[in-house]
Amino acid sequence: MADAALKLEPVAETGAAPLLAVDNIEVVYNDVILVLRGLSLKVPKGQIVALLGSNGAGKSTTLKAISGLLKTEDGEITRGAVTFLGEKINGIEPDKIVRRGIFQVMEGRRIIADMTVLENLRLGAFTRHDNEVKSDIERVYEFFPRLRERTGLAGYLSGGEQQMLAIGRAMMARPKLILMDEPSMGLSPLMVKEVFAIIKKLNVELGVTILLVEQNARLALSVADYGYIMEQGKIVLDGTAQMLQTNEDVKEFYLGQGGGAERKSFKNLKSFKRRKRWL
Amino acid sequence: MQSQLLLQLIINGLIIGTLYGVVGMCFVLIYKASQVVNFAQGEFLLIGAWVCWWLLTAWNIPFFWGFLIAVVFMMAFGMAVQMVILRPLIGEPIISVIMVTIGMSIFFQALMKWMFGTFAQPFPPIFPVDKVNVLGLQVQTAYLMSTGVSLAIMAGFAWFFKYSKMGLAMRATAFSQQVAQSLGISVRQVFALSWGISAAVSAVAGVVVGMVNGVSSALSYFGIKVFPAVILGGLDSIFGAVVGGLIVGLLENLGQYVDSQYLKWGNLYEIIPFYVLIIILMIKPYGLFGTRDIERV
Repeated sequence: MADAALKLEPVAETGAAPLLAVDNIEVVYNDVILVLRGLSLKVPKGQIVALLGSNGAGKSTTLKAISGLLKTEDGEITRGAVTFLGEKINGIEPDKIVRRGIFQVMEGRRIIADMTVLENLRLGAFTRHDNEVKSDIERVYEFFPRLRERTGLAGYLSGGEQQMLAIGRAMMARPKLILMDEPSMGLSPLMVKEVFAIIKKLNVELGVTILLVEQNARLALSVADYGYIMEQGKIVLDGTAQMLQTNEDVKEFYLGQGGGAERKSFKNLKSFKRRKRWL
Repeated sequence: MQSQLLLQLIINGLIIGTLYGVVGMCFVLIYKASQVVNFAQGEFLLIGAWVCWWLLTAWNIPFFWGFLIAVVFMMAFGMAVQMVILRPLIGEPIISVIMVTIGMSIFFQALMKWMFGTFAQPFPPIFPVDKVNVLGLQVQTAYLMSTGVSLAIMAGFAWFFKYSKMGLAMRATAFSQQVAQSLGISVRQVFALSWGISAAVSAVAGVVVGMVNGVSSALSYFGIKVFPAVILGGLDSIFGAVVGGLIVGLLENLGQYVDSQYLKWGNLYEIIPFYVLIIILMIKPYGLFGTRDIERV
């Protein structure tokens, strides 16, 4: 099963062109550090796609390569193409990418601590010039009723509330695609569940396409339609969420369910080239 | 008589203090938005005042229009300075950027001397009366106007940063350039605009001071005077800049009172803001209103 899933073409691929296509990109930081080595993935419209992998695999880098924020960290796409709605977007300034409809919710939430909740939400709509901002703020409050009561500075919100604000801020931009980086980071298990329920709700009720990067593979796959697993800057496995949930390797390494007796050593595995721990 | 003098000095201190506050806000605006310590802030006052003076005397333009043109010109000038000189320096060490702004200060000062001469030039009379009597005190009409304008500018800043989209974008950029970009804010635009606004508002202060003292390179000392004011208030606090400006303005004048009445040292006026600056920094290293980050994980 794992071997079948190793094909480069995603199994769930339909005939229509995907909303976002990342084609064989290579990303280099500071001109020397090669982080992504030929990564490809596709995000079909209206789906939640999960991007899973261990620390340092390059998940966040992938998201930043798509949103253009790589530039702010001295990174660069040196090869390959990122295509959104049929147009190549790599090399474009990040603020212009937001205007095209891709919004990244960064790791660690990154809400503006010295502003109020309302000001954070209004900033989410920075790129918009219509007059529906007020009604959209109401909609965010309907999604997150507890944000309405918080009138102080956003920096004093709890972690979960900050994550809600970060997602609410993304909603304010009315993006076509949200890139979500580790929404569960630093949250209590209950809060994580709540946040994931909201991510699903966003996708179902508002039709937003989501590319989700997560450490918590079990939860991510429970809401996702499709999943990619990456290691050392490459996709090593992909398939529908159901397929990945039942895959033995995924079960063992990401879902914490032990395999059989023959799976005690990493070197027996062909599909997973794990970095040796002592290196 | 003594208390009359004291009162007069306090009023003077508050008037000049609001001007320091306004220039301080401009300084903080640039620092907050683009992390540049602008040592050429005083030259913005100088250039603005000279341009306005030139429009009024060489072209006989009415004051209102000359003033307006000078301010608009300085807006464009500030943006041009950022785009041409400072944009290529983004990412360079802070010391290089500081050296460049010091260089700009020297260059613009020399340029102004070359273009307009080294002598102080008086503004043509703008108000029918030079001084007005406020509660028995003589106050320069220009200063009265300056206080009005300063308060209006402060209110304008408060509104701008609280309610306007661009003001919020500037605060976001000050918080984190990466976060700002992730929200679709063009950091380049924010930088240019912050320099433009800063230069334009500084020009207003330059014209006002020029109206009272005449236009000369002495105007650029404002840029140095403003330094203790903003550090006192906290380098990253716009409100702190206003309070710091008022404190420095008051201290100068009270220093002069104490000096002329009791000490007879002769130069306490110039020095006292810096003494107080040192003392406050020893007690509160972030300034009175400077913030440390809110930390909550």
